[in-house]
Amino acid sequence: MCAMVVIADIDKHFGNFQALSKVSLEIEQGEVLCIIGPSGSGKSTLLRCINQLERIDAGAIWIEDELVGFRQEGNRLYELTEPQIARQRLASGMVFQRFNLFAHMTVLENIIEGPVVVQKRPKSAVVPEALALLDQVGLRDKRDAYPSELSGGQQQRIAIARALAMKPKLMLFDEPTSALDPELVSDVLNVMRDLARSGMTMVVVTHELGFAREVAHRVVFMDQGRIVESGPPQQLLSHPTEKRTQDFIAAVLS
Amino acid sequence: MVKPESGAGVAAGKYSIAHLTHQPRRHYGRWLAATLIVIALAMIVKAFAQGQIAWPVVGQFFTAPAIISGLWNTILMTICAMALGLVLGVIFAIMIMSPNPVLKYVAVFYIWFFRGTPLLLQLLLWFNLALIFPTLGIPGLFEMRTVDFMTPFMATLLGLGINQGAYTAEVVRGGILSVDNGQIEAAKVIGMTRLTMLRRIILPQAMRVIIPPVGNEVISMVKLTSVASVIQYSEILRNAQAVYYANNRVMELLIVSAIWYLVVVTVLSIGQHLLEKYYSRSEGRRGAKRVQAAAAEGA
Ligand SMILES: Nc1ncnc2c1ncn2[C@@H]1O[C@H](COP(=O)(O)OP(=O)(O)O)[C@@H](O)[C@H]1O
Ligand SMILES: [Mg+2]
Repeated sequence: MCAMVVIADIDKHFGNFQALSKVSLEIEQGEVLCIIGPSGSGKSTLLRCINQLERIDAGAIWIEDELVGFRQEGNRLYELTEPQIARQRLASGMVFQRFNLFAHMTVLENIIEGPVVVQKRPKSAVVPEALALLDQVGLRDKRDAYPSELSGGQQQRIAIARALAMKPKLMLFDEPTSALDPELVSDVLNVMRDLARSGMTMVVVTHELGFAREVAHRVVFMDQGRIVESGPPQQLLSHPTEKRTQDFIAAVLS
Repeated sequence: MVKPESGAGVAAGKYSIAHLTHQPRRHYGRWLAATLIVIALAMIVKAFAQGQIAWPVVGQFFTAPAIISGLWNTILMTICAMALGLVLGVIFAIMIMSPNPVLKYVAVFYIWFFRGTPLLLQLLLWFNLALIFPTLGIPGLFEMRTVDFMTPFMATLLGLGINQGAYTAEVVRGGILSVDNGQIEAAKVIGMTRLTMLRRIILPQAMRVIIPPVGNEVISMVKLTSVASVIQYSEILRNAQAVYYANNRVMELLIVSAIWYLVVVTVLSIGQHLLEKYYSRSEGRRGAKRVQAAAAEGA
């Protein structure tokens, strides 16, 4: 059986700056993968390439064996059209550092927007699912609140529910707790922990090494646009082989 | 220096005045200004009361058929021209932000031309279009004489609407730019295409920024329609003029028109206020408080 996500030798440039160099990675169905690394090392860029918020300059990505963003014809890859890319994006759900809930919609409207407007599913079927998701993140009583009325931790849990409402095959988290007050972090991590236990495939960029140690199946350390090393959390976090990894972990823990 | 102790000791010496009543400062300047303005107002009211204005004539013509039909034409033109202006404004705002240079520079040219020439001149250009294009149409499909098409209504609609579009495009562009990029990325990752995103996320959020200036422009438009009297569009001012050419009650009919303009503008201002409240509802309790505070400050 082949991996759910296959990333093969991808490069990403911003102007002259190379943000990703020859990154390769495979993510198995049901795997929880944590990505750690210093700021600017390309962690967000890697996530954003997986769901095509950024276009890769070289290499290729497959999700469930479907080539992402391109169509192969002979020995060339032709870029897909915008609607085709929009459809491919449905495979993954994304949770941002800054939540990005739709500011003009209530909590419930945020959650049903994608299923109703994009997936064209009937509202009568979507609303009960949305309410179940609100139960899952413990915020059913906030269904009619606007994002500006919620704490950061509540907004992030709603953002997770919004992503799950699209029934994605994998979930991408980009530092989901970095913008939160310390006392709100655990609420969000608890939701993510439950999600991991339910078998969801997850890629999590995080500085929460405790969470990585407990929940991740594998941890990847990135630096300067490259994957430096990867391995099971006990090994990578406690006995990293590379000097850069050791320095980074020491710095985060101090 | 020894600080006074609290309690009985404070009442002694220079600190013994603490129990005296506080007398607020008197604002003589404010009193003077208010008095002068009241006197000036009284003189203006007196002048109008004693002037050669036949107030019964004002009442008589207030609901005259010519005035009411002019009022209706003014309102109709305001709605149509504003609708055209908004549609063009959104289209050209999107064009000017497009990565396609052809679209972008066509929009830049449009805004440059229509903001750079007087409205009156544009109205005359449209109205006299027949001088350069005697017929209009798509060759082989249909054709009509320009003078038949370019009625005063059409010329005014095109003149006001296209001119308005140039101004609205800038306002809409500002509104779109005000939308946080995170909102756009969130829309993308749930699989929205650009058009859906524009309709569901970007424009609704831009509304909060767009509504106040557009509201002001609707109000300007009500008054701008009076320019169309030069190309024989029967709006309220032109009809009032037609009446006073016949009966010589110049002032009375101008006052009738002025009152109607004020009525329309007042109703529109109330509508604008309600719309602004609607589009800022998502700012929540904190937002509502901020709006109230701002309003209180403004008052
Ligand atoms: N849109 C962009 N334009 C230019 N440079 C960018 C852009 N996005 C990211 N970068 C650069 O790419 C590098 C990697 O960024 P990022 O993936 O966000 O790092 P991380 O998430 O690991 O902190 C950084 O040096 C950043 O400045
Ligand atoms: Mg980042």
